[in-house]
Amino acid sequence: MSGTVLILGATSAIARGTAAAWAQRGYRLYLAGRDVESLRRDAADLAIRYGVAVHFGAFDAAAHDSHPAFLQRVTDEMGELEGVLLAFGYLGSQAKAAGDFRETLAIINRNFVDAVSILNLCADHLEQRGRGFIAGIASVAGDRGRQSNYTYGAAKGAFALYLQGLRNRLFPAGVRVLTIKPGFVDTAMTFGMPGLFLVAAPAYVGERIVTAIERGRDVIYVPWFWRWIMLIIRSIPERLFKRLKL
Amino acid sequence: MNTLDKDIAGWGRYPVQRCELVRPERHSELWSEATSLLARGQGRSYGDAALNEGGRVVLTERINRFLAFDRDQGIVRAEAGLTLAELLAVTVPRGWFPLVTPGTKHVSLGGCVAADVHGKNHHHDGAFGRGVRELELITADGRRLRCSPQENAAAFHATLGGMGLTGIIGEVELQLQPIDSAWIRARHQGAANLEQLFELLQDSDEQARYSVAWVDLMSRGAALGRGVVMNGDHAGRDELSGGRRLTPLRLPPHKVRNIPIDMPGWLLNGLSIRAFNSRYFRSEGGRTAPFLVDYDTFFYPLDTLHNWNRLYGKRGFVQYQCVVPTAGALAAMQQIMQRLAASGHPAFLGVLKRMGAQGEGHLSFPMEGYTLAMDLPMKGAATLALLDAFDAVVLQHGGRVYLAKDARLAPESFRAMYPQFDAWQQVRHELDPQGVFSSSLSRRLRMGEAQ
Repeated sequence: MSGTVLILGATSAIARGTAAAWAQRGYRLYLAGRDVESLRRDAADLAIRYGVAVHFGAFDAAAHDSHPAFLQRVTDEMGELEGVLLAFGYLGSQAKAAGDFRETLAIINRNFVDAVSILNLCADHLEQRGRGFIAGIASVAGDRGRQSNYTYGAAKGAFALYLQGLRNRLFPAGVRVLTIKPGFVDTAMTFGMPGLFLVAAPAYVGERIVTAIERGRDVIYVPWFWRWIMLIIRSIPERLFKRLKL
Repeated sequence: MNTLDKDIAGWGRYPVQRCELVRPERHSELWSEATSLLARGQGRSYGDAALNEGGRVVLTERINRFLAFDRDQGIVRAEAGLTLAELLAVTVPRGWFPLVTPGTKHVSLGGCVAADVHGKNHHHDGAFGRGVRELELITADGRRLRCSPQENAAAFHATLGGMGLTGIIGEVELQLQPIDSAWIRARHQGAANLEQLFELLQDSDEQARYSVAWVDLMSRGAALGRGVVMNGDHAGRDELSGGRRLTPLRLPPHKVRNIPIDMPGWLLNGLSIRAFNSRYFRSEGGRTAPFLVDYDTFFYPLDTLHNWNRLYGKRGFVQYQCVVPTAGALAAMQQIMQRLAASGHPAFLGVLKRMGAQGEGHLSFPMEGYTLAMDLPMKGAATLALLDAFDAVVLQHGGRVYLAKDARLAPESFRAMYPQFDAWQQVRHELDPQGVFSSSLSRRLRMGEAQ
């Protein structure tokens, strides 16, 4: 393979695991994020381990006006894209968001608005090309609102809905869209959190994501059993659910 | 960054202590403001070297990126959390091998530097530090210091074998050695007792690049210290046959077995170890004709048994490793084995080897002489008293104990064993005047205190 995959938010642990799975398959990569020094290190690492070309560059998700020029720069450098992984996000703090609207806005913007801004452009690029894929990392938190993280959940839920629409729109063009809903993954976000179980390694999650794209899947939960956990959680009647401390 | 208060231990699983863990994902997050800080790689030191009870422990496992690899010169630079296993997977197919490797590949480069680990070729090639071209050391105030034998040499030498107490090792640049194949030409030789074993090891000096002896620690009387010398050299491509010659740098697939849970504490007892040793002595001692083994099997036999430390049960084990200068080595090892035999304490996995000249690290363990290592199931006071008796023998013969294996050495013994401690302490004081970097080992050995 020699296609190029653009990874947005490439310094996250899940992005790193997924980048490794693609590099192993011979894909060329473009790593984008805010922390250019970290991207430089990730790029060198992937290139040495897997012998593929890995480019990188600064990307500011919040600077929507800069997105067209950013995508132009990427395609100038790499040629047409085979696919895009959107891996950035912001968990934030529900407690803080309750008393500080700036936090609420930061959560909604990063997880939904910023993502839509760049993926709209990527969708146009791939649609014109008539092939390729878009993969976005949503969350099981977006499957049902809970008091502990409903702002994050709402933003991720909205993002999942957006991906669903995108999938529908891009289907005729032959562009696949994958919605990824990770459960507990062993990342900086979850490290040290109490009450986690069966935490998945980022390398495993990355491998699952790449396999799902190869198989043309629409929505995946990783690890897989989260599909069943969320099925149960979604099926609890609201009359009961609203009384639970979740 | 999130923190996690957790009970952790070294590879010997004794002692177990509560530490505050952080796990940075990026190199830039390695350092954080703290009053007590210690980096921990794969946690393969045995005792309390990678513990910092009540303080912060920085897990470096995600700081493991290759940064540069010169395939013509065999120079590799990487973040210090990279493991030797990861390094080998990339460099061996391109014909490069570490100059020095310890007995497991599941160690981080930072850990290899901090313990200045040695391998089966110490008598030829020195310890791990010999292959280190440059280090990045992150000091107590967050500065990043380039250290090499040429630049900041004092900090470099204090960090080689410095047990992580001079700062956080951020990056390591290594010179590798060229190899023609992933195979080792090995040869075994049985020895009926310790004297013979010493002779064979001395002869191996010229004959083989790699040399190590397995010792039956449960043998008694005339057979005391019987064992098998195992020699090896990197095999040339022309020594391989058939398909192997076509892909000489490819490793055959390996099956890794796992010990899923703690085994009962009585599993490794005098009887079971004796039975194993007899079988092993007969089967391995007889392989006197040269044979080919892949490097994984030769260097890392225990890595095929994942979590083998669980064999010792919940109480864990202690590894005792000492080195004694050549002149008194045989006498010292005989005394140690006699004391072991007299105590009736079970001991497993005895390893004896020659060591070459001491390196540059102030607190590096290796010195010219013979080193003996053994695993002892932890049986509380009896085990500790026995090891104190070993210390006395080692001290009497001018030897020392390996800090990377240690969980119980007394501070007075430590100072007598490491004459360069004062020089080390001076450098360390300049790098870290507040003593931010500390470990349970450094407090136990009072390494922060004046003479």
